[in-house]
Amino acid sequence: MQFLYSGLTSGSIYGLVALGFNIIYNTTGLINFAQGEFVMLGGMLIYSLFCVFEVPFYTALPLTLLGCFIIGVLYERVFINLARYKTEINLVTLTIAASIIMRDVAMHIWGRDSLRVDDYIPVVNVQMPGGVISSQSILIIAVSMLVAWGLNMFLKKSKYGKAMRACFDDQTAAETCGINVRSVRIMSFAVSSAMAGIAGVIISPITFVTYDDGIMIGLKGFAAAILGGLGNFWAAVAGGLLLGIFESFSASVIPSGYKDAMAFFVILLILFFKPDGLFGRKKATRV
Amino acid sequence: MKRLNFSFIILMACVLGYIGTQVSNEYYIGVATLLLIHAVNATALNILLGYTGIISIGQAAFFGLGAYVAAVLSTNYGINPLLTMPVAAAAAFVVAYVVGSPILKLHGNYLAMATLGMGMILYIFMNEMDFITGGPSGFVGIGDIIIGKFDLADEKSFFVFMSIVFMVFLFICELFDKSFLHNKLKFIKNSESACRSYGITPARTKVMVFASMAALTAFNGAIFTFYTHFISPVSFSFKYSVELLAMATVGGLGYITGGVIGAVLLGLVPEIFSAFEEYEMIIYGGLLAVVIMFLPGGIAGTLKRLVKRNA
Repeated sequence: MQFLYSGLTSGSIYGLVALGFNIIYNTTGLINFAQGEFVMLGGMLIYSLFCVFEVPFYTALPLTLLGCFIIGVLYERVFINLARYKTEINLVTLTIAASIIMRDVAMHIWGRDSLRVDDYIPVVNVQMPGGVISSQSILIIAVSMLVAWGLNMFLKKSKYGKAMRACFDDQTAAETCGINVRSVRIMSFAVSSAMAGIAGVIISPITFVTYDDGIMIGLKGFAAAILGGLGNFWAAVAGGLLLGIFESFSASVIPSGYKDAMAFFVILLILFFKPDGLFGRKKATRV
Repeated sequence: MKRLNFSFIILMACVLGYIGTQVSNEYYIGVATLLLIHAVNATALNILLGYTGIISIGQAAFFGLGAYVAAVLSTNYGINPLLTMPVAAAAAFVVAYVVGSPILKLHGNYLAMATLGMGMILYIFMNEMDFITGGPSGFVGIGDIIIGKFDLADEKSFFVFMSIVFMVFLFICELFDKSFLHNKLKFIKNSESACRSYGITPARTKVMVFASMAALTAFNGAIFTFYTHFISPVSFSFKYSVELLAMATVGGLGYITGGVIGAVLLGLVPEIFSAFEEYEMIIYGGLLAVVIMFLPGGIAGTLKRLVKRNA
Protein backbone atom coordinates (compact mmCIF):
# COMPACT_ATOMS: atom_id res chain seq x y z
CA MET A 1 0.00 0.00 0.00
CA GLN A 2 2.89 2.34 0.74
CA PHE A 3 3.88 2.12 -2.92
CA LEU A 4 0.36 3.03 -3.91
CA TYR A 5 0.50 6.24 -1.88
CA SER A 6 3.86 7.38 -3.19
CA GLY A 7 2.73 6.42 -6.68
CA LEU A 8 -0.38 8.53 -6.34
CA THR A 9 1.69 11.51 -5.23
CA SER A 10 4.10 11.46 -8.15
CA GLY A 11 1.30 10.35 -10.43
CA SER A 12 -0.80 13.41 -9.76
CA ILE A 13 2.15 15.61 -10.70
CA TYR A 14 2.56 13.70 -13.96
CA GLY A 15 -1.16 14.15 -14.47
CA LEU A 16 -0.85 17.93 -14.09
CA VAL A 17 1.99 18.10 -16.58
CA ALA A 18 0.05 15.85 -18.94
CA LEU A 19 -2.88 18.27 -18.72
CA GLY A 20 -0.57 21.05 -19.83
CA PHE A 21 0.51 19.01 -22.83
CA ASN A 22 -3.12 18.37 -23.61
CA ILE A 23 -4.17 22.01 -23.58
CA ILE A 24 -1.55 22.98 -26.12
CA TYR A 25 -2.09 19.89 -28.21
CA ASN A 26 -5.81 20.51 -28.26
CA THR A 27 -5.59 24.01 -29.61
CA THR A 28 -2.51 23.86 -31.80
CA GLY A 29 -1.82 20.18 -32.45
CA LEU A 30 1.67 20.69 -31.10
CA ILE A 31 3.69 18.89 -28.45
CA ASN A 32 5.52 21.43 -26.36
CA PHE A 33 8.89 19.96 -25.41
CA ALA A 34 9.45 22.86 -23.04
CA GLN A 35 6.54 21.87 -20.81
CA GLY A 36 8.85 20.39 -18.19
CA GLU A 37 10.88 23.58 -18.22
CA PHE A 38 7.84 25.50 -17.02
CA VAL A 39 7.51 23.10 -14.08
CA MET A 40 11.11 23.87 -13.19
CA LEU A 41 10.41 27.57 -13.64
CA GLY A 42 7.46 27.41 -11.26
CA GLY A 43 9.66 25.81 -8.61
CA MET A 44 12.44 28.33 -9.16
CA LEU A 45 10.16 31.36 -9.00
CA ILE A 46 8.50 30.23 -5.80
CA TYR A 47 11.95 29.57 -4.35
CA SER A 48 13.10 33.09 -5.15
CA LEU A 49 9.94 34.77 -3.93
CA PHE A 50 9.09 32.64 -0.94
CA CYS A 51 12.51 31.63 0.40
CA VAL A 52 14.89 34.35 -0.77
CA PHE A 53 12.76 37.50 -0.73
CA GLU A 54 10.47 36.07 1.97
CA VAL A 55 7.28 37.22 0.36
CA PRO A 56 4.29 35.73 2.20
CA PHE A 57 3.06 32.56 0.54
CA TYR A 58 -0.34 33.90 -0.44
CA THR A 59 1.33 36.69 -2.39
CA ALA A 60 4.17 34.58 -3.72
CA LEU A 61 1.89 31.95 -5.24
CA PRO A 62 -0.13 34.28 -7.48
CA LEU A 63 3.06 36.11 -8.48
CA THR A 64 4.70 32.83 -9.47
CA LEU A 65 1.72 31.77 -11.52
CA LEU A 66 1.57 35.19 -13.12
CA GLY A 67 5.26 34.89 -13.97
CA CYS A 68 4.74 31.52 -15.64
CA PHE A 69 1.70 32.90 -17.42
CA ILE A 70 3.65 35.83 -18.86
CA ILE A 71 6.60 33.69 -19.88
CA GLY A 72 4.15 31.34 -21.56
CA VAL A 73 2.75 34.22 -23.60
CA LEU A 74 6.24 35.41 -24.54
CA TYR A 75 7.18 31.87 -25.47
CA GLU A 76 4.30 31.60 -27.91
CA ARG A 77 4.94 35.07 -29.35
CA VAL A 78 8.67 34.62 -29.78
CA PHE A 79 9.13 31.02 -30.79
CA ILE A 80 5.95 29.67 -32.24
CA ASN A 81 4.48 32.76 -33.84
CA LEU A 82 7.63 33.99 -35.55
CA ALA A 83 8.47 30.71 -37.26
CA ARG A 84 8.13 31.17 -40.97
CA TYR A 85 7.63 27.57 -41.99
CA LYS A 86 5.30 25.89 -39.57
CA THR A 87 5.82 22.25 -40.48
CA GLU A 88 5.47 19.73 -37.70
CA ILE A 89 9.17 18.83 -37.61
CA ASN A 90 10.19 22.48 -37.59
CA LEU A 91 7.94 23.29 -34.67
CA VAL A 92 9.10 20.24 -32.71
CA THR A 93 12.71 21.24 -33.20
CA LEU A 94 11.84 24.77 -32.22
CA THR A 95 10.32 23.72 -28.90
CA ILE A 96 13.44 21.64 -28.22
CA ALA A 97 15.59 24.69 -28.93
CA ALA A 98 13.41 26.79 -26.65
CA SER A 99 13.67 24.23 -23.87
CA ILE A 100 17.46 24.16 -23.90
CA ILE A 101 17.57 27.94 -23.91
CA MET A 102 15.22 28.12 -20.93
CA ARG A 103 17.15 25.46 -19.05
CA ASP A 104 20.45 27.23 -19.50
CA VAL A 105 19.11 30.65 -18.64
CA ALA A 106 17.73 29.10 -15.45
CA MET A 107 21.14 27.58 -14.76
CA HIS A 108 22.74 31.00 -14.99
CA ILE A 109 20.18 32.65 -12.77
CA TRP A 110 19.76 30.01 -10.07
CA GLY A 111 22.96 27.97 -10.34
CA ARG A 112 23.50 24.24 -10.53
CA ASP A 113 22.57 23.25 -7.00
CA SER A 114 19.35 21.70 -5.82
CA LEU A 115 17.33 24.37 -4.09
CA ARG A 116 15.15 23.54 -1.15
CA VAL A 117 11.81 25.26 -0.87
CA ASP A 118 10.33 25.53 2.64
CA ASP A 119 7.20 23.59 3.41
CA TYR A 120 3.91 25.37 2.91
CA ILE A 121 2.05 23.34 5.50
CA PRO A 122 3.35 21.58 8.62
CA VAL A 123 4.56 18.08 7.81
CA VAL A 124 2.66 15.37 9.63
CA ASN A 125 2.44 11.74 8.72
CA VAL A 126 -1.10 10.48 8.51
CA GLN A 127 -1.70 6.84 9.31
CA MET A 128 -3.63 5.22 6.48
CA PRO A 129 -4.62 1.58 5.97
CA GLY A 130 -1.40 -0.24 5.05
CA GLY A 131 1.02 2.66 5.30
CA VAL A 132 1.61 6.30 6.08
CA ILE A 133 1.09 9.29 3.86
CA SER A 134 2.51 12.72 4.56
CA SER A 135 0.45 15.86 4.61
CA GLN A 136 2.46 17.18 1.67
CA SER A 137 1.40 14.25 -0.47
CA ILE A 138 -2.20 14.86 0.43
CA LEU A 139 -1.78 18.50 -0.53
CA ILE A 140 -0.30 17.53 -3.89
CA ILE A 141 -3.04 15.06 -4.69
CA ALA A 142 -5.79 17.43 -3.58
CA VAL A 143 -4.41 20.42 -5.48
CA SER A 144 -3.94 18.50 -8.70
CA MET A 145 -7.42 17.03 -8.57
CA LEU A 146 -8.81 20.47 -7.87
CA VAL A 147 -6.90 21.98 -10.79
CA ALA A 148 -7.99 19.19 -13.12
CA TRP A 149 -11.60 19.70 -12.09
CA GLY A 150 -11.35 23.47 -12.43
CA LEU A 151 -9.79 23.18 -15.85
CA ASN A 152 -12.52 20.85 -16.95
CA MET A 153 -15.17 23.31 -15.82
CA PHE A 154 -13.29 26.15 -17.49
CA LEU A 155 -13.25 24.35 -20.81
CA LYS A 156 -16.84 23.20 -20.61
CA LYS A 157 -18.51 26.32 -19.29
CA SER A 158 -16.52 29.47 -19.93
CA LYS A 159 -16.42 31.42 -23.17
CA TYR A 160 -12.68 31.00 -23.57
CA GLY A 161 -12.87 27.27 -22.91
CA LYS A 162 -15.52 26.83 -25.54
CA ALA A 163 -13.45 28.83 -27.99
CA MET A 164 -10.47 26.59 -27.28
CA ARG A 165 -12.43 23.47 -27.96
CA ALA A 166 -13.83 24.98 -31.13
CA CYS A 167 -10.30 25.72 -32.35
CA PHE A 168 -9.31 22.14 -31.82
CA ASP A 169 -12.22 20.84 -33.86
CA ASP A 170 -11.72 23.10 -36.83
CA GLN A 171 -9.66 26.27 -36.83
CA THR A 172 -11.13 27.68 -40.01
CA ALA A 173 -14.68 27.12 -38.89
CA ALA A 174 -13.89 28.65 -35.52
CA GLU A 175 -12.47 31.71 -37.21
CA THR A 176 -15.57 32.04 -39.37
CA CYS A 177 -17.69 32.06 -36.25
CA GLY A 178 -15.79 35.07 -35.00
CA ILE A 179 -13.38 33.38 -32.63
CA ASN A 180 -10.01 35.05 -32.48
CA VAL A 181 -7.81 31.99 -33.08
CA ARG A 182 -4.66 33.93 -32.39
CA SER A 183 -5.65 34.94 -28.91
CA VAL A 184 -6.89 31.44 -28.17
CA ARG A 185 -3.48 30.06 -29.09
CA ILE A 186 -1.73 32.55 -26.84
CA MET A 187 -4.20 31.78 -24.11
CA SER A 188 -3.62 28.05 -24.35
CA PHE A 189 0.14 28.44 -24.06
CA ALA A 190 -0.30 30.79 -21.12
CA VAL A 191 -2.76 28.55 -19.28
CA SER A 192 -0.66 25.46 -19.76
CA SER A 193 2.45 27.26 -18.51
CA ALA A 194 0.57 28.39 -15.46
CA MET A 195 -0.56 24.81 -14.84
CA ALA A 196 3.00 23.61 -15.13
CA GLY A 197 3.88 26.40 -12.72
CA ILE A 198 1.38 25.04 -10.18
CA ALA A 199 2.93 21.60 -10.54
CA GLY A 200 6.35 23.11 -9.95
CA VAL A 201 5.20 25.00 -6.89
CA ILE A 202 3.60 22.04 -5.16
CA ILE A 203 6.34 19.49 -5.71
CA SER A 204 9.38 21.59 -4.96
CA PRO A 205 9.19 21.18 -1.14
CA ILE A 206 9.45 17.40 -1.61
CA THR A 207 11.77 16.88 -4.55
CA PHE A 208 13.64 20.21 -4.35
CA VAL A 209 14.28 22.01 -7.60
CA THR A 210 17.29 21.87 -9.91
CA TYR A 211 17.79 23.61 -13.23
CA ASP A 212 17.71 20.38 -15.22
CA ASP A 213 14.60 18.89 -13.62
CA GLY A 214 12.57 19.86 -16.63
CA ILE A 215 13.61 17.11 -19.03
CA MET A 216 12.61 14.22 -16.83
CA ILE A 217 9.36 15.64 -15.57
CA GLY A 218 8.39 16.81 -19.05
CA LEU A 219 9.03 13.38 -20.51
CA LYS A 220 7.10 11.63 -17.81
CA GLY A 221 4.23 14.05 -18.22
CA PHE A 222 4.25 13.30 -21.90
CA ALA A 223 4.30 9.57 -21.16
CA ALA A 224 1.27 10.10 -18.97
CA ALA A 225 -0.46 12.10 -21.68
CA ILE A 226 -0.04 9.40 -24.29
CA LEU A 227 -0.77 6.67 -21.80
CA GLY A 228 -4.18 8.23 -21.31
CA GLY A 229 -4.58 9.38 -24.88
CA LEU A 230 -3.84 12.87 -26.14
CA GLY A 231 -6.76 15.21 -26.35
CA ASN A 232 -8.72 13.82 -23.45
CA PHE A 233 -8.43 15.64 -20.12
CA TRP A 234 -9.58 13.06 -17.61
CA ALA A 235 -7.59 10.43 -19.47
CA ALA A 236 -4.48 12.52 -18.94
CA VAL A 237 -5.03 12.59 -15.19
CA ALA A 238 -5.76 8.87 -15.14
CA GLY A 239 -2.67 8.24 -17.25
CA GLY A 240 -0.57 10.24 -14.82
CA LEU A 241 -1.84 8.33 -11.81
CA LEU A 242 -1.35 4.99 -13.54
CA LEU A 243 2.19 5.91 -14.55
CA GLY A 244 3.03 7.04 -11.03
CA ILE A 245 1.68 3.87 -9.44
CA PHE A 246 3.37 1.69 -12.04
CA GLU A 247 6.66 3.47 -11.47
CA SER A 248 6.62 3.16 -7.71
CA PHE A 249 5.66 -0.53 -7.86
CA SER A 250 8.39 -1.24 -10.38
CA ALA A 251 10.89 0.44 -8.05
CA SER A 252 10.14 -2.27 -5.52
CA VAL A 253 11.01 -5.04 -7.99
CA ILE A 254 13.97 -3.76 -9.98
CA PRO A 255 16.97 -1.69 -8.84
CA SER A 256 15.91 1.90 -8.34
CA GLY A 257 18.51 3.19 -10.82
CA TYR A 258 16.36 1.78 -13.58
CA LYS A 259 13.24 3.51 -12.27
CA ASP A 260 13.45 6.34 -14.79
CA ALA A 261 13.88 3.87 -17.62
CA MET A 262 10.48 2.38 -16.74
CA ALA A 263 8.65 5.54 -17.78
CA PHE A 264 10.26 5.35 -21.19
CA PHE A 265 9.45 1.69 -21.52
CA VAL A 266 5.86 2.68 -20.90
CA ILE A 267 6.04 5.34 -23.61
CA LEU A 268 7.51 2.89 -26.09
CA LEU A 269 5.08 0.10 -25.24
CA ILE A 270 2.09 2.40 -25.59
CA LEU A 271 3.39 3.84 -28.83
CA PHE A 272 3.96 0.33 -30.18
CA PHE A 273 0.65 -1.22 -29.30
CA LYS A 274 -1.88 1.52 -28.79
CA PRO A 275 -0.71 4.88 -30.09
CA ASP A 276 -4.11 6.44 -29.34
CA GLY A 277 -3.69 5.77 -25.64
CA LEU A 278 -5.61 3.57 -23.26
CA PHE A 279 -8.70 5.74 -23.22
CA GLY A 280 -8.27 7.42 -26.58
CA ARG A 281 -10.52 7.01 -29.54
CA LYS A 282 -9.08 6.06 -32.88
CA LYS A 283 -8.89 9.01 -35.19
CA ALA A 284 -8.91 8.84 -38.95
CA THR A 285 -5.91 10.50 -40.54
CA ARG A 286 -6.42 12.88 -43.37
CA VAL A 287 -4.27 12.32 -46.44
CA MET B 1 21.82 12.65 -63.81
CA LYS B 2 23.14 15.48 -61.71
CA ARG B 3 26.86 16.11 -61.45
CA LEU B 4 28.71 15.37 -58.27
CA ASN B 5 29.61 18.33 -56.14
CA PHE B 6 33.32 17.98 -56.87
CA SER B 7 34.23 21.44 -55.72
CA PHE B 8 33.14 20.66 -52.20
CA ILE B 9 34.96 17.31 -52.11
CA ILE B 10 38.15 18.90 -53.42
CA LEU B 11 37.83 21.79 -50.98
CA MET B 12 37.48 19.36 -48.07
CA ALA B 13 40.43 17.31 -49.32
CA CYS B 14 42.56 20.46 -49.55
CA VAL B 15 41.59 21.62 -46.09
CA LEU B 16 42.31 18.22 -44.58
CA GLY B 17 45.59 17.98 -46.50
CA TYR B 18 46.59 21.41 -45.28
CA ILE B 19 45.85 20.56 -41.67
CA GLY B 20 47.61 17.20 -42.00
CA THR B 21 50.82 18.62 -43.45
CA GLN B 22 51.12 22.19 -42.19
CA VAL B 23 49.59 22.25 -38.72
CA SER B 24 51.90 20.82 -36.10
CA ASN B 25 50.06 21.87 -32.95
CA GLU B 26 48.69 18.64 -31.47
CA TYR B 27 45.76 20.40 -29.87
CA TYR B 28 44.47 21.83 -33.15
CA ILE B 29 44.81 18.45 -34.81
CA GLY B 30 42.81 16.90 -32.00
CA VAL B 31 40.07 19.48 -32.47
CA ALA B 32 40.02 18.77 -36.19
CA THR B 33 39.68 15.03 -35.57
CA LEU B 34 36.73 15.60 -33.26
CA LEU B 35 35.13 17.92 -35.80
CA LEU B 36 35.36 15.17 -38.41
CA ILE B 37 33.69 12.73 -36.02
CA HIS B 38 30.90 15.25 -35.35
CA ALA B 39 30.55 15.83 -39.09
CA VAL B 40 29.95 12.14 -39.78
CA ASN B 41 27.31 11.97 -37.04
CA ALA B 42 25.61 15.16 -38.16
CA THR B 43 25.53 13.98 -41.76
CA ALA B 44 23.96 10.68 -40.71
CA LEU B 45 21.27 12.62 -38.84
CA ASN B 46 20.88 14.90 -41.83
CA ILE B 47 20.14 11.92 -44.05
CA LEU B 48 17.50 10.83 -41.55
CA LEU B 49 15.89 14.20 -40.92
CA GLY B 50 16.64 16.21 -44.05
CA TYR B 51 16.15 13.52 -46.63
CA THR B 52 13.73 11.02 -45.13
CA GLY B 53 11.93 13.21 -42.63
CA ILE B 54 12.64 10.98 -39.62
CA ILE B 55 13.34 13.11 -36.57
CA SER B 56 15.67 11.24 -34.25
CA ILE B 57 16.74 12.65 -30.89
CA GLY B 58 18.41 9.41 -29.94
CA GLN B 59 21.43 9.46 -32.21
CA ALA B 60 23.83 9.93 -29.31
CA ALA B 61 22.64 6.62 -27.92
CA PHE B 62 23.68 4.76 -31.06
CA PHE B 63 26.98 6.60 -31.01
CA GLY B 64 27.44 5.45 -27.42
CA LEU B 65 26.31 1.92 -28.19
CA GLY B 66 28.97 1.61 -30.87
CA ALA B 67 31.59 3.11 -28.58
CA TYR B 68 30.80 0.72 -25.73
CA VAL B 69 30.57 -2.39 -27.91
CA ALA B 70 33.96 -1.62 -29.43
CA ALA B 71 35.50 -0.77 -26.07
CA VAL B 72 34.24 -3.89 -24.32
CA LEU B 73 35.14 -6.25 -27.16
CA SER B 74 38.64 -4.90 -27.66
CA THR B 75 39.56 -4.44 -24.01
CA ASN B 76 37.88 -7.35 -22.26
CA TYR B 77 38.08 -9.92 -25.05
CA GLY B 78 41.22 -8.78 -26.82
CA ILE B 79 39.66 -8.54 -30.27
CA ASN B 80 41.46 -6.47 -32.90
CA PRO B 81 39.97 -2.92 -32.81
CA LEU B 82 39.44 -2.89 -36.55
CA LEU B 83 37.23 -5.96 -36.27
CA THR B 84 35.18 -4.49 -33.47
CA MET B 85 33.99 -1.61 -35.65
CA PRO B 86 31.81 -3.70 -37.97
CA VAL B 87 30.58 -5.64 -34.94
CA ALA B 88 29.57 -2.37 -33.27
CA ALA B 89 27.83 -1.26 -36.45
CA ALA B 90 26.01 -4.59 -36.72
CA ALA B 91 24.87 -4.40 -33.10
CA ALA B 92 23.46 -0.92 -33.60
CA PHE B 93 21.83 -2.03 -36.84
CA VAL B 94 20.02 -4.84 -35.04
CA VAL B 95 18.94 -2.62 -32.14
CA ALA B 96 17.77 0.13 -34.47
CA TYR B 97 15.92 -2.35 -36.66
CA VAL B 98 14.08 -3.90 -33.74
CA VAL B 99 13.23 -0.55 -32.16
CA GLY B 100 12.64 1.18 -35.45
CA SER B 101 10.08 -1.14 -36.97
CA PRO B 102 7.37 -0.17 -34.51
CA ILE B 103 8.30 3.44 -33.79
CA LEU B 104 8.77 4.55 -37.37
CA LYS B 105 5.06 4.19 -37.91
CA LEU B 106 4.80 7.36 -35.85
CA HIS B 107 5.19 10.90 -37.07
CA GLY B 108 6.52 14.24 -35.96
CA ASN B 109 5.89 14.79 -32.27
CA TYR B 110 5.39 11.17 -31.37
CA LEU B 111 8.48 10.05 -33.24
CA ALA B 112 10.59 12.69 -31.56
CA MET B 113 9.41 11.54 -28.15
CA ALA B 114 9.86 7.85 -28.98
CA THR B 115 13.44 8.29 -30.17
CA LEU B 116 14.15 10.50 -27.18
CA GLY B 117 12.77 7.81 -24.89
CA MET B 118 14.89 5.18 -26.59
CA GLY B 119 17.97 7.36 -26.21
CA MET B 120 17.21 7.88 -22.54
CA ILE B 121 16.77 4.15 -21.92
CA LEU B 122 20.12 3.34 -23.52
CA TYR B 123 21.72 6.18 -21.56
CA ILE B 124 20.31 4.89 -18.28
CA PHE B 125 21.58 1.41 -19.11
CA MET B 126 25.05 2.76 -19.80
CA ASN B 127 25.00 4.40 -16.41
CA GLU B 128 23.53 1.53 -14.45
CA MET B 129 25.20 -1.55 -15.94
CA ASP B 130 28.48 -0.68 -14.30
CA PHE B 131 29.67 -4.30 -14.30
CA ILE B 132 30.10 -3.99 -18.08
CA THR B 133 30.33 -0.30 -18.85
CA GLY B 134 32.07 1.01 -15.76
CA GLY B 135 29.03 3.14 -14.93
CA PRO B 136 29.19 6.92 -14.60
CA SER B 137 32.91 6.90 -13.85
CA GLY B 138 33.63 5.64 -17.33
CA PHE B 139 35.49 2.90 -19.15
CA VAL B 140 39.27 3.11 -19.16
CA GLY B 141 42.22 1.30 -20.67
CA ILE B 142 41.10 1.20 -24.30
CA GLY B 143 43.88 0.30 -26.74
CA ASP B 144 44.95 1.76 -30.08
CA ILE B 145 44.03 0.91 -33.61
CA ILE B 146 46.92 -0.93 -35.24
CA ILE B 147 46.99 -1.19 -39.02
CA GLY B 148 49.93 -3.29 -40.21
CA LYS B 149 52.94 -1.64 -38.62
CA PHE B 150 51.21 1.70 -37.97
CA ASP B 151 50.09 2.26 -34.43
CA LEU B 152 47.53 5.08 -34.38
CA ALA B 153 48.52 6.27 -30.95
CA ASP B 154 49.43 9.90 -31.57
CA GLU B 155 47.16 12.70 -32.74
CA LYS B 156 48.67 13.08 -36.16
CA SER B 157 48.41 9.50 -37.36
CA PHE B 158 44.88 9.26 -36.02
CA PHE B 159 43.97 12.42 -37.86
CA VAL B 160 45.24 10.93 -41.12
CA PHE B 161 43.21 7.78 -40.50
CA MET B 162 40.08 9.78 -39.67
CA SER B 163 40.55 12.01 -42.73
CA ILE B 164 40.69 8.99 -45.01
CA VAL B 165 37.56 7.53 -43.41
CA PHE B 166 35.85 10.89 -43.69
CA MET B 167 36.74 11.43 -47.37
CA VAL B 168 35.46 7.96 -48.26
CA PHE B 169 32.30 8.68 -46.32
CA LEU B 170 31.85 12.07 -47.95
CA PHE B 171 32.30 10.60 -51.42
CA ILE B 172 29.72 7.90 -50.75
CA CYS B 173 27.31 10.52 -49.42
CA GLU B 174 27.78 12.64 -52.52
CA LEU B 175 27.05 9.59 -54.66
CA PHE B 176 23.96 8.98 -52.56
CA ASP B 177 22.90 12.60 -52.93
CA LYS B 178 22.84 12.25 -56.71
CA SER B 179 21.33 8.75 -56.79
CA PHE B 180 17.76 7.68 -57.31
CA LEU B 181 17.67 6.43 -53.75
CA HIS B 182 17.77 10.01 -52.52
CA ASN B 183 14.78 10.87 -54.69
CA LYS B 184 12.93 7.96 -53.17
CA LEU B 185 13.68 9.15 -49.66
CA LYS B 186 12.64 12.72 -50.42
CA PHE B 187 9.47 11.35 -51.97
CA ILE B 188 8.75 9.56 -48.70
CA LYS B 189 9.40 12.76 -46.79
CA ASN B 190 6.98 14.72 -48.91
CA SER B 191 4.11 12.30 -49.04
CA GLU B 192 3.91 8.79 -47.76
CA SER B 193 0.50 8.18 -49.26
CA ALA B 194 1.72 9.17 -52.69
CA CYS B 195 4.66 6.80 -52.24
CA ARG B 196 2.35 3.96 -51.43
CA SER B 197 0.35 4.52 -54.56
CA TYR B 198 3.57 4.32 -56.57
CA GLY B 199 4.41 0.93 -55.10
CA ILE B 200 7.05 2.06 -52.59
CA THR B 201 6.69 0.69 -49.07
CA PRO B 202 7.58 3.68 -46.90
CA ALA B 203 7.67 1.69 -43.67
CA ARG B 204 10.31 -0.78 -44.85
CA THR B 205 12.46 1.89 -46.49
CA LYS B 206 12.33 4.09 -43.41
CA VAL B 207 13.34 1.28 -41.09
CA MET B 208 16.25 0.40 -43.39
CA VAL B 209 17.42 4.01 -43.50
CA PHE B 210 17.07 4.38 -39.74
CA ALA B 211 19.00 1.17 -39.06
CA SER B 212 21.72 1.95 -41.60
CA MET B 213 22.27 5.40 -40.15
CA ALA B 214 22.36 3.93 -36.65
CA ALA B 215 24.99 1.47 -37.86
CA LEU B 216 27.00 4.28 -39.40
CA THR B 217 26.80 6.32 -36.22
CA ALA B 218 27.87 3.30 -34.16
CA PHE B 219 30.81 2.67 -36.49
CA ASN B 220 31.80 6.25 -35.92
CA GLY B 221 31.34 5.73 -32.19
CA ALA B 222 33.81 2.84 -32.34
CA ILE B 223 36.34 5.13 -33.99
CA PHE B 224 35.69 7.72 -31.30
CA THR B 225 36.43 5.11 -28.61
CA PHE B 226 39.88 4.37 -29.99
CA TYR B 227 40.55 8.05 -30.38
CA THR B 228 39.77 9.14 -26.84
CA HIS B 229 40.79 5.88 -25.07
CA PHE B 230 38.26 6.77 -22.41
CA ILE B 231 34.47 6.85 -22.64
CA SER B 232 31.79 7.70 -20.14
CA PRO B 233 28.02 8.03 -20.50
CA VAL B 234 28.23 11.83 -20.31
CA SER B 235 29.49 11.95 -23.91
CA PHE B 236 26.37 10.16 -25.12
CA SER B 237 23.65 11.99 -23.24
CA PHE B 238 20.59 13.85 -24.45
CA LYS B 239 22.78 16.92 -24.76
CA TYR B 240 24.87 15.40 -27.53
CA SER B 241 21.74 14.35 -29.42
CA VAL B 242 20.51 17.93 -29.31
CA GLU B 243 23.91 19.19 -30.42
CA LEU B 244 23.78 16.89 -33.42
CA LEU B 245 20.28 18.07 -34.19
CA ALA B 246 21.50 21.66 -34.03
CA MET B 247 24.48 20.89 -36.27
CA ALA B 248 22.37 19.22 -38.94
CA THR B 249 19.68 21.91 -38.85
CA VAL B 250 21.98 24.92 -38.75
CA GLY B 251 24.16 23.49 -41.51
CA GLY B 252 21.20 22.80 -43.74
CA LEU B 253 18.77 19.91 -43.82
CA GLY B 254 18.70 18.02 -47.06
CA TYR B 255 22.18 18.98 -48.20
CA ILE B 256 25.22 16.76 -47.73
CA THR B 257 27.34 19.87 -47.32
CA GLY B 258 24.96 21.00 -44.59
CA GLY B 259 25.93 18.40 -42.01
CA VAL B 260 29.62 19.13 -42.53
CA ILE B 261 29.22 22.90 -42.38
CA GLY B 262 27.04 22.69 -39.29
CA ALA B 263 29.40 20.34 -37.49
CA VAL B 264 32.44 22.48 -38.21
CA LEU B 265 30.67 25.68 -37.25
CA LEU B 266 28.99 24.50 -34.06
CA GLY B 267 31.89 22.24 -33.15
CA LEU B 268 34.12 25.31 -33.14
CA VAL B 269 31.78 27.25 -30.84
CA PRO B 270 33.24 25.80 -27.63
CA GLU B 271 36.77 26.37 -28.94
CA ILE B 272 36.30 29.96 -30.06
CA PHE B 273 34.06 31.05 -27.21
CA SER B 274 35.94 29.15 -24.56
CA ALA B 275 35.58 32.22 -22.32
CA PHE B 276 31.81 31.78 -22.51
CA GLU B 277 31.85 28.04 -21.96
CA GLU B 278 28.88 28.36 -19.66
CA TYR B 279 26.80 29.87 -22.42
CA GLU B 280 27.55 27.11 -24.93
CA MET B 281 24.10 25.54 -24.83
CA ILE B 282 22.38 28.92 -25.07
CA ILE B 283 24.37 29.63 -28.23
CA TYR B 284 23.38 26.23 -29.61
CA GLY B 285 19.73 26.70 -28.77
CA GLY B 286 19.67 30.26 -30.05
CA LEU B 287 21.29 29.35 -33.37
CA LEU B 288 18.94 26.40 -33.76
CA ALA B 289 15.88 28.55 -33.10
CA VAL B 290 17.00 31.39 -35.36
CA VAL B 291 17.84 29.08 -38.25
CA ILE B 292 14.52 27.27 -38.03
CA MET B 293 12.57 30.48 -37.75
CA PHE B 294 14.26 32.47 -40.49
CA LEU B 295 16.49 30.29 -42.67
CA PRO B 296 14.59 27.15 -43.57
CA GLY B 297 17.39 25.62 -45.68
CA GLY B 298 20.05 26.24 -43.07
CA ILE B 299 23.37 27.73 -44.10
CA ALA B 300 23.88 25.40 -47.05
CA GLY B 301 20.39 26.09 -48.39
CA THR B 302 20.75 29.84 -48.02
CA LEU B 303 24.13 29.86 -49.76
CA LYS B 304 22.70 27.83 -52.60
CA ARG B 305 19.78 30.23 -53.00
CA LEU B 306 22.09 33.23 -53.03
CA VAL B 307 24.32 31.63 -55.68
CA LYS B 308 21.32 30.82 -57.83
CA ARG B 309 19.91 34.31 -57.58
CA ASN B 310 23.17 35.91 -58.66
CA ALA B 311 23.90 33.48 -61.46
